[in-house]
Parts: sequence; structure tokens; C-alpha cells
Amino acid sequence: MTTTSPQANGSGGASAPIQERDRVTVRFAGDSGDGMQLAGNRFADATAVFGNDFSTLPDFPAEIRAPAGSLAGVSSFQISFSKHQIFTPGDEPDTLVAMNPAALKSHLSALAKGGLLVVNEDAFTSGNLKKANYPSNPLSDGSLDDFRIIKAPITTAAIAAVEDLGLTTQNAERTKNFFALGLVYWLYDRDLEPTLDWIEQRFGRLPNIAEANRRALYAGHAYGETTEIADAHVRVPPAVLTPGEYRTITGNQALVLGLITASHLTDLELFYGSYPITPASDVLVELAALREFGVRTFQAEDEISAIGTAIGAAYGGGLGVTGTSGPGIALKSEALNLAVMTELPLLVLDVQRSGPSTGMPTKTEQTDLLQVMFGRNGESPLCVLAAKSPGDCFYMVLEAVRLAFQFVTPVVLLSDTYLANTAEPWPVPDITQLDQIDVPYRKLEHIDPEDFQPYARDPDTLARMFVPPGVKGLEHRIGGLEKSDISGDVAYSPENHQRMTDLRGEKIRRIANFIPELEVDGPESGDMLVLSWGSTYGAVFTAVNDAREAGHEIAHAHLQYLNPFPRNLGDIVSRYKKVLIPEANTGQLRMLIRANFLVDAQGYNEVTGQPLSARLLTAAIIKMANE
Amino acid sequence: MVLHTPPSPELVESIIPLADEDLSRKDYASDVDTRWCPGCGDYSILAQMQRSLSNINVAPEKMVFVSGIGCSSRFPYYMNTYGMHSIHGRAPTIASGLKLSRPDLQVFVITGDGDALSIGGNHLLHVLRRNVDVKIFLFNNRIYGLTKGQYSPTSELGKVTKSSPVGTTERPLNPLSVALASEATFVARSYDTDPQHLQVTIEQAARHHGAAFVEILQNCNIFNDRAFADYTDRDVRDERLLYLEHGEQMLFGENKNKGLAVSATGLRVVDADGPDAGLILHHDATRPAPDVHQLLARCAYPEMPVPMGVIRQVTAPTYGDYLDGQIEVQKFKNRHDITQLLRGRSTWQVE
Repeated sequence: MTTTSPQANGSGGASAPIQERDRVTVRFAGDSGDGMQLAGNRFADATAVFGNDFSTLPDFPAEIRAPAGSLAGVSSFQISFSKHQIFTPGDEPDTLVAMNPAALKSHLSALAKGGLLVVNEDAFTSGNLKKANYPSNPLSDGSLDDFRIIKAPITTAAIAAVEDLGLTTQNAERTKNFFALGLVYWLYDRDLEPTLDWIEQRFGRLPNIAEANRRALYAGHAYGETTEIADAHVRVPPAVLTPGEYRTITGNQALVLGLITASHLTDLELFYGSYPITPASDVLVELAALREFGVRTFQAEDEISAIGTAIGAAYGGGLGVTGTSGPGIALKSEALNLAVMTELPLLVLDVQRSGPSTGMPTKTEQTDLLQVMFGRNGESPLCVLAAKSPGDCFYMVLEAVRLAFQFVTPVVLLSDTYLANTAEPWPVPDITQLDQIDVPYRKLEHIDPEDFQPYARDPDTLARMFVPPGVKGLEHRIGGLEKSDISGDVAYSPENHQRMTDLRGEKIRRIANFIPELEVDGPESGDMLVLSWGSTYGAVFTAVNDAREAGHEIAHAHLQYLNPFPRNLGDIVSRYKKVLIPEANTGQLRMLIRANFLVDAQGYNEVTGQPLSARLLTAAIIKMANE
Repeated sequence: MVLHTPPSPELVESIIPLADEDLSRKDYASDVDTRWCPGCGDYSILAQMQRSLSNINVAPEKMVFVSGIGCSSRFPYYMNTYGMHSIHGRAPTIASGLKLSRPDLQVFVITGDGDALSIGGNHLLHVLRRNVDVKIFLFNNRIYGLTKGQYSPTSELGKVTKSSPVGTTERPLNPLSVALASEATFVARSYDTDPQHLQVTIEQAARHHGAAFVEILQNCNIFNDRAFADYTDRDVRDERLLYLEHGEQMLFGENKNKGLAVSATGLRVVDADGPDAGLILHHDATRPAPDVHQLLARCAYPEMPVPMGVIRQVTAPTYGDYLDGQIEVQKFKNRHDITQLLRGRSTWQVE
């Protein structure tokens, strides 16, 4: 394998010929204080402007600043970019940038043999090696011989580049992520402009810092250019995407934009009650900065209050929303049941994370499906939706709000850590092309009081006559006690409880008549169907296509509606000899599919805190197809 | 002394939406049969609430009662207004969300000692601290009634109840102290068997701009009968209760022959005709520091007279004032162009 060090460079800038590749995956790894997320996001911006399709995977520890150099403190950011459309941030990186020994130790196993390793050799001090449990220096003991390696003095070179700016040593050293970024820009032929613009925007008011970051970026780029690095200068041509205006979006950003847009499309003011919790806090934080859109964010004293205030806002006729993660859902479950019993249009966002208990707050999982389906006392049906990609979070918010108002019901929308933090290019929607969302109570407000019964129902949707306070003559009381059919009075009769239980269930089932049928990608019937839901869409789509390329005829269907299921789902799952359900849990959808349709569905399940690996899934699909 | 300035008629008008026609007590009563035990103090509170609302002439359609769980929390069913009988302890949260998104509504919270101070303690603390413009009426009977007689967070130490057969082992909370410590802007106390005082207190709370907290001593004649009789019975009231009036001297006793003065350790009773008469305090509900208010809240029978009336009423912006103010300012300062928002910081064109 080729080993290149700057000392060996004598060719004075004679760059190696540039190679072309279809797809490349780069992972930046460093201390949580090293600015890896920032570097990764800048790389994503530059890649977007360049015109590749891309997908990112930030991965960081729950600790804000674990001890410097420790294994616990390693933060990483992976980006995959391609000349084709892609749906995952890539399984294994082609290139790993390791800013210190701990980062190398944590991430080297992901790098394929022959992969490119960029290390900051300055950080490989005996102290840092010890913190990462390295008995000897891997840069010199031959243990990295299987990789192509660029040993760059990233810290000292960055400090040298900013030497005369009079920065503190600490501030000078902090520019090392820009140096590393500049080097990687050179490796992958990215334009520096978007990042230079960003530096100006971000640090314009601190001209010295801005200049230092610019210089470090240039220095890193020049380092690449003047250092002979064999087979490392790679170009991924722009992708052919549907024409239009694009932006970068993460799942959490899409939730925020979805909520503001839903407020616009319903002509209702948004009330967002929330308690800070990883990974949903960003939604609260970003909405709080949008007061000009009439947004009322309420940082509650706890998760219960967060949903309580959202229920209050919904009861008042507003767009009442609460957002949280799995532990918060557990705390909200009693209040969520109040919204089921009082039948109020409430939206609950659940950005799932690894559990049980506190689990791994910054890691992803699809483990709340059964919790939101069944985690409440009594027979308590509600509508459950799940987004399949970062950009899809936007559209699923609109869909959730539409159903909440049309059916006067709480709706839970599932996202997860992976979607929340992953960025992808997203065609900017045209607000004028989005349908208004109907708010049925507006018509009821003019009803003759004689004709008003709070629990009388629409014959098609079974939605009750919900009218918020303020309308003269329609004064009435609702609450958590069982309601009498039609009148809504408190009722204890056995017949009424059975009827109301049936009605609440049937109302949710009827949503199936108002949502799209499930589409199958691939053969309409036959040997094997892969059925997925939520954020695994990208990995499953990729794996199914890879299995097809290996000669297997496989169908794929992806669920965005979990309760109720699309009305043709039972039919679809019965048309294939084998059904495989990949999930980042131990088989929650599989349990529902088996229980609902008596189908012998098999699972592919990973509960690692990481997104499903498309490569491993492909192997599992092929194995099952061959059985 | 700072004299209490009552809120201007315009402010009251803006706080309380009034009905177009004159309404009587009956207009605020729903047709649902009340289901409290015969002899329960809640009946009187319900009647006084209806009278107070009719005295103010609140528009019933703009009035929302939100309650938690417990005997008192059945209250909304009996009012011909909007209402929600919610879940245990959480009424302040629902009321907060409702009031903040619907400032045009008058929102009253009905709660009990268990609902507000045990399971809902956290919410009570925060709704008061935030000064959300809701009025909270805590019916304190010092017992869990609906679950048939377990001790509550206001039950006295050592009290024998079904869940404490040899006496409780925990000290009670003082609701007024809790409210004052939570930065409440309006704190008052009344009791079920003095209709006139209760009506006036409810009206004062209704007219307050901000979170109002009213403790109403309420007799549970089934599980904790005569809990307050030692000082609220008609024949001992004058001697053992201190009716507070803003700006007036703190006098009590038959013929107002006693008063409260500051002592080294708190408050003390002095003879209104004696040498220390000049030291008797004037009640200043608007005093910013809650020091004297806390001392009053701690006055307990038998050592001291039990205060009734408005202990504290200070003016402060509500949570809604701040929030709506921010929205107005940001709307003025920033573009709110949704297309621009969707585009984000930067976009690129794919041809």
C-alpha cells in the first residue's frame, strides 16, 4: 500500500491525475471539541453547490465535552455523495479523517482495507495514545499498512498559517478543522467558495477569526495540492436530479418548516409546547426563533406540562403541537389519553432515540412504534404516521395535521435521531401548490345551538362535533370520564361504554379511507416482499436494489401510515411467499403485521443505535430469497 | 403607604369579557345534577362562584373552567360555561395552553389540595411563577375525599386517616406559603361558610390581571368533618379570623379589639386599646416584598388569628403579555415570508 508523508513530497505541486468515481463516502472523526460537525456540514454545503446528491450522518456523544482525547469524546460526521441519486449516508467510508488517536481507534474498523486514512499526526502524542489505549503508535508500528495514509501535521500547519494574526494559541489551534476541511476539499475537488461565504457570514463580526479560518482552509487545500498523494485526487461528477430549486434539509428542520407551513395552510396560530430533550430540542429551539410567524413556543416545566399546554391550545381551536422523544412519550401517555377521550386535534412529534430508559440519547432507533400504538391505559386508538426521509418530515407534518383536524383526533408522527440529524438535498416546495388544510370546526361555529351535540359524529369520518370555547349558545363540558354517545355527558352504562369504545376504534380505522393505498415497488406478487417503515427507507431501498442487481426479483413497499395501515396492506402481504420486515428494533412492525394479517413475516433486526446497514441488509435479503 | 389602585375599568373590561344582557346566577348553572355528598362545602362554593360571575356579568361563552381530578374537580360540569374535566394535577397546564393561545377567554382552574399540591405540585409552582393570566381556586379540605379518606399534603402531622391509621408521619404544606414562594401576583384565602366574603374574593381574583391563587377552606363532612370549625364557626369567627383589607389596619376580635404587630420572631397579637396599638400594621397587599405576606400566610390557629382575604396583589406583566409582545415586535422587525423561510439560508438551482 502506498504511504505518503509530506516529507516525502518533492515534486513541487505536480498533482496526480484526477480520478472519477460514482460515489464516495467520507467520515470526519475527532474530539467533540474539534469541530467535526461543523466541518462536515460545510462539506455538505459545498457538495450541494457542486451538484452531487448526498446524505449525511452526524454521530456524536451525549456528553457535551467529554475529556479531550478520550474515546468517549469522539464525534463524527459522515457524508456520502454521488453522481446518482442516493438514499443512505453510506455504510462504510472510503476515506476516514481522524483528528486524534481516539478518533482513529473508534472508527478505523469501519474503513475498508485500501481505504484512505487522513490523520492529524500532531495529535499522536504519548498522552493521547494512552487515552485511546494504544500500546504503541499506530502511525509507526505498521498496524495501518493495509490503508493508504496521509499523515498531515494538521495542528502545527494550521497554527503556522494563522501565526501573525495574534490569536491565542487556543484559538489558533481551533482552526485545525478548517485545515482538515481544506485538505479534503482538495482530495474531492470541492469548491472553496461556499465555505468562504459561510465564514464571512458567520464570523464577519470577528474579522480576525474569519481570516484565521480562511487561511487554515486555504492552507489545507494547498497542502493537498503540493503533497503528492497517489490515487487520492478524486472527482465525483454532479448528479442528475429533477430540475428545480434545492436546499439542504435535516429531519428536524423539515418538522419546523412543516409546522409553520401547516399553520399557514390551516390559517391557525401554532402553539408548540415542549420540554428540552435530545434529539427533539432543535424543533423547539428553531421554532422559538420564528415568533414573526405567530408561533407560540412554550418551554414547559416537564413533558406532562408540554402536552398539557398543547392540549389546551388544541381545545382552544389552535394548532396544538408537542414534540419529544421516547422517554417524553412515556411521561405524556396519560395526557395523550385525555386527548383520545376528549377527541381533540393534537399533533405529537416523537423523534425516537435509543432506549430503554435514558438509553443512548444521541443514537437512533425505531423502538417507539408499539409505545405510541399501545402505551396507554384502556382501549386507546390514535393515528400514527412515520416519516421516511428528512425531507419527508415536512410532508408528513402536513398530513398529520390534516388528519388531526379532519378526524378530530390526536396524531403521533414518528421521526428518529437519524432523520433528525441527517441532511440531504431537498427540492424547495412551492407554498402556492400546497393544498389548504380544512378546519371543520369553522363551519360548526355557526350551527344552531339546537342542533349541537358535542359527541354527534360526521357519518363518513366519525369525527365528533368539536367546537372550541367562545361560541355563544354552544357551552358544554368535556373531560376524561367516559362520554355518552352524541350528548357527551358523563356516562357509566355498559352499553354506552361498548359503543364508545367501538366508535373510537372505528373512527381511527376509517382514516384508511382517506389516505393513499400502499404502493409496491417491483413485482405485484411473487416470491418475496420487503416491507419497511420510517427512517429505514433509504437503507432498505438501496438493499433491495442491490439484491435485484444480484438477480433476485424482490418487491418493496414502505409504510408511512402505521395506524391505520393503508387499506390494501393485508392484500399486499398475502400475495408473496416470503415477507421480510427490516427494522431498527426487535420486530415491532412485524408483530403488528403478524397479528393483523396472520402472515408469517420474518424480521431483519438491528438494535445498535446506528442506522441499518444497507450492505448487511442486502446479504440478508439475498439469503432469504435463496432459501 | 402605597395605596392599592384598583385596575382601571378599561383593564377590567379587557380582562373579563362581559355578557351583552344582564345574567343571573341561574344563567351560570348547568342542568347537570350535582353529585357531591349532601352537606359538602363545595355546594356553597359553586353557588358563590355563580353569584360572583353574575355580579361581574361575565359572558358564559368566554368562560372556561378547567379542573383536574378529585371531588372539587367535578365543578366544571355544574357550570353553564365551557369546561374541561382533565387529568389529575394537570389542569394548570391545559389552562396555560388555552389562555396563551386564546387570550380572549377567561380561564378558571378548579383544583383541590391533592390535585394542586401533591400530584400537580410542579405545575402549580410554574403557572404562578410564569404569571399566566388564569385564576386558580384550590378547595382545601385537607383530605382525599374521592378515594375515600386518605391523608393529603395539607393534612396535619399525626392525623389519623385510612392510610395513616396511627397518624401521618409528614408535615403539611401551607398553600398560601407555596403560592407566595412561587412568585404569585395574587394570593387570597376565603372559606365555604362565609358566602359574602367568598363572593367578593372570587370577584377580586377574577379582576386580577395575572395568575390569581385563592385557597378556599372547604369542609368535607364525610371524611374530615369540621376541619376548620375551630376558627370558622360562626360563634368564634370574629375572635379567630383576621379579615384583611388593603390599606386597613390588621384588626380582629369582637369590636376589633386586637391587632397584629411585628415581633422579633414574626407577628404578634397586641391590644388595640393598649400601649402598643400604634404598632398595629396596616395591610399593604401591593407591597413588592412578600415578607409580611409570608408572615401572614404562616399565621395559624390557635396561636394566631387565621387571615382571610387578599394577602397579596401586585402588578406584573403576564406571560401572555410578554409572549404576545415578542410576537408583535418580531413581526414588525422581521419579514415573515414563508417562501423565504422554506428556501432557508441558501439554495441552488438544478437545471
